[in-house]
Amino acid sequence: MIKTLDLFAPNEKGVVKSVGGEGRIKRRLFDMGITPGAEITMRKKAPLGDPIEVTLRGYELTLRKTEAVCVTMEV
Amino acid sequence: MLKFALAGNPNSGKTTLFNGLTGSTAHVGNWPGVTVDKREGVYKKCAEPIAIVDLPGIYSLSPYTPEEVIARNYVLDEKPDCIINIVDATNLERNLYLSTQLLEIDVPVVIALNMIDAVERAGDKLDEKALEEKLGVPVVRISALKETGIKQLMDVAYKASKSPRKGSTALKDTALSHLIGDVKIALDGQGVKNPLFHAVKLIEGDEIEVAMHKDTLKMVEEFKKTFTDDVFGTDFEALIADARYKYISKNFDSVLSKKNKGSMKMTKSDKADKVLTHKIWGIPIFLVILFAIFHLTFSEDFLYLGAIFGLPSLEELGVDTETFGGQLLACFYDGAVFSPGVIINNIWNEIIVGNVLGWIKTGVESIGMAEWAVGLLNDGVIEGVGAVLSFLPPILVLFLFFSILEDSGYMARIAFILDRMFRKFGLSGRAFLPMIMGFGCSVPAMINTRTLADDKERAATIRVIPFFSCGAKLPILTAVAGAIVAAFGIGNADVITFSMYLIGIVAAIVSVLLMRNTSLKGDTPPFIMELPSYHAPQFKNLMAHLWDKTKHFVKKAFTIILASTIIIWVLTHFSFNWTFLADEEINQSILAQVSMFVQPLFTPLGFGSQLGEFGWVFVVAAVAGLIAKENVIATFSTLAACLVAVASLNVEGLDIEAEEGIDAVRAMITATGITVPALLSFIAFNMTTIPCFAAVGTAKAELNDNKLYKGTLLFWIVASYVVGAMVFTIGTWWWTAFIWAAVIAIVCYVIVTINKRSAAKKA
Repeated sequence: MIKTLDLFAPNEKGVVKSVGGEGRIKRRLFDMGITPGAEITMRKKAPLGDPIEVTLRGYELTLRKTEAVCVTMEV
Repeated sequence: MLKFALAGNPNSGKTTLFNGLTGSTAHVGNWPGVTVDKREGVYKKCAEPIAIVDLPGIYSLSPYTPEEVIARNYVLDEKPDCIINIVDATNLERNLYLSTQLLEIDVPVVIALNMIDAVERAGDKLDEKALEEKLGVPVVRISALKETGIKQLMDVAYKASKSPRKGSTALKDTALSHLIGDVKIALDGQGVKNPLFHAVKLIEGDEIEVAMHKDTLKMVEEFKKTFTDDVFGTDFEALIADARYKYISKNFDSVLSKKNKGSMKMTKSDKADKVLTHKIWGIPIFLVILFAIFHLTFSEDFLYLGAIFGLPSLEELGVDTETFGGQLLACFYDGAVFSPGVIINNIWNEIIVGNVLGWIKTGVESIGMAEWAVGLLNDGVIEGVGAVLSFLPPILVLFLFFSILEDSGYMARIAFILDRMFRKFGLSGRAFLPMIMGFGCSVPAMINTRTLADDKERAATIRVIPFFSCGAKLPILTAVAGAIVAAFGIGNADVITFSMYLIGIVAAIVSVLLMRNTSLKGDTPPFIMELPSYHAPQFKNLMAHLWDKTKHFVKKAFTIILASTIIIWVLTHFSFNWTFLADEEINQSILAQVSMFVQPLFTPLGFGSQLGEFGWVFVVAAVAGLIAKENVIATFSTLAACLVAVASLNVEGLDIEAEEGIDAVRAMITATGITVPALLSFIAFNMTTIPCFAAVGTAKAELNDNKLYKGTLLFWIVASYVVGAMVFTIGTWWWTAFIWAAVIAIVCYVIVTINKRSAAKKA
């Protein structure tokens, strides 16, 4: 199944299929290791529901839902 | 001298390694052109002394954040003799991503493999020899924390720096290698230094590179046309980033052998995080921590022991506070146990600074100089320095707590928790950190805005930082609030102080909203941030940090503030025809004359023309406050003494020389007949107007744009005028609240309509 990262529930796992978004955001996502093939686990949402915390490449990353929309995942 | 640069990801232990290498030789400066702190020091244990430059912590050499641009410009332009790339072994993949970019530059590189003990403690194994072979540069295992392997690292780096190295790329086995090779040859032919690095960046379409090599670009575009990829099409930036990570996982998965692959174990850090960012408890816990910090720093009733148990004051206990023992005891206790921050403050100010300055002053008086010279030295110079030094303890204690939050990894979580809220104002959660630091001191807070990637967000944050009332503004609050309670017998000083803090915060929020919708419009900056593992803060690091701050602050005290204190002293002690005036004749001084002239301007704020003959005193104090906020109350005491002489005030029972300044303000209330709303307006004006010289200088340096800086000065003047006028008019005639509300509604409506229209035009 294919869906964007912002729609993940806590503890859901998936593999990055593609990354979109505006230049600066896309480059930042790439630099932080969100590249096709990377495995990402959704950890939790912030107390106010946004941003989200994910685990990838052995570390914790936080990003907003509006940025997570740019990441298409394969579950 | 040889020059080594220290590069690595944030949180990779870079600062710790830097401190270990340079010890006490480190000093902080600014990067040329851009104002990001540059830390430099000297390592002396090699065959020759080596200058170590600490580059900003970065994840990549992209052109999008100032830190990354600085790091890359430094490496390319300043040509260090060697780069020490510190790599966090617990996070190998992401750390090596930066290494693959650094390795493309023609400079010797040595990898310092840090935190390998943590990897081994988890039962995993890391084969550093295999790593070295694959990267083609020396790898040395170190522990920055325990300072092991550092000598060896420097020896290896020293050796490496002696033989030049050609850049190598992780992309050589990919489909891109031919393209890179062609561009590299072309650049090489033009005599470009570091051709490989520039070739890769040109292919990426990197903004900086494209602007630099306009001629070559056409050719690169031609080359690129011959190339397409199934997944990425012609998005070369994506293609290259992906190729780097593919290279890393292909080559280095085997280097690290994990004990329990796949299974995610709950680490201590995970457990801590579960509580601290809890859905329900996350925000309350944060508020409690914040309260605790301010309580520990500023409270004069630690844990409310005094209030709860009704503890007796020293006077009631019959302790003589004139003796040294009594003085010392009074630093810790007087009717209540003081908080640690207050105790440190008391010891510093009452015992150390107070006594030392007292001795110096007595010494100056005994030399037998002219009256004006003694005045200048004692009241101008020494008092001025003392006033500034007196703010060292609260600033440092507050800084200590914030450093602990930062070092422990909790600061990043605060941003995580609060981002949602801050986004509503067009800021990211990260803007919270500098703002809250503003309660301590605006100067470090403004420097801290460097963590914000977006220039407009930064400018907006810098502008509102002074509204978060700093330690130096607190005396204004306590003195005026105390005087209001004493003179008018209304209200509670704490309530007044608290509401004034609140007014500052509201003014900040409103201003940010206003700016982000008008002059500093822009998309909400991205918030893609690493959440580092929690760990106990390192005592040594904290101390190094505090030492930096102390040096910075003391330097400031002896330059800008000292100079301005002298100027203000001259303006208040000389008349226009340059005759020396005693303190009591301040009404004839240059500053007073000018203030009388501009006094009418402050009428809407309640301390202008309506105060009559002596109304100018508030203007003088406010002007003195522009130079350093601590001057406001100091000026009050002088002015009160003057009023006593000039207006033949009857101030029996008042001690206008008292340090808190409450009685000085009361004397001024009696002389001018100023009203409560006008006094409140005076506080509000001082809180939101142009901050002290030091903060203004910092803002100028950090904004690094003359137009933005002038706009900032104008913004502060307008904001303080509006806030002051609002407080005064609503306080005097409550129904004016409706007029203000109507004005605000109209302003909002106009902004929203204009923005909608321009958005529609764009679409």
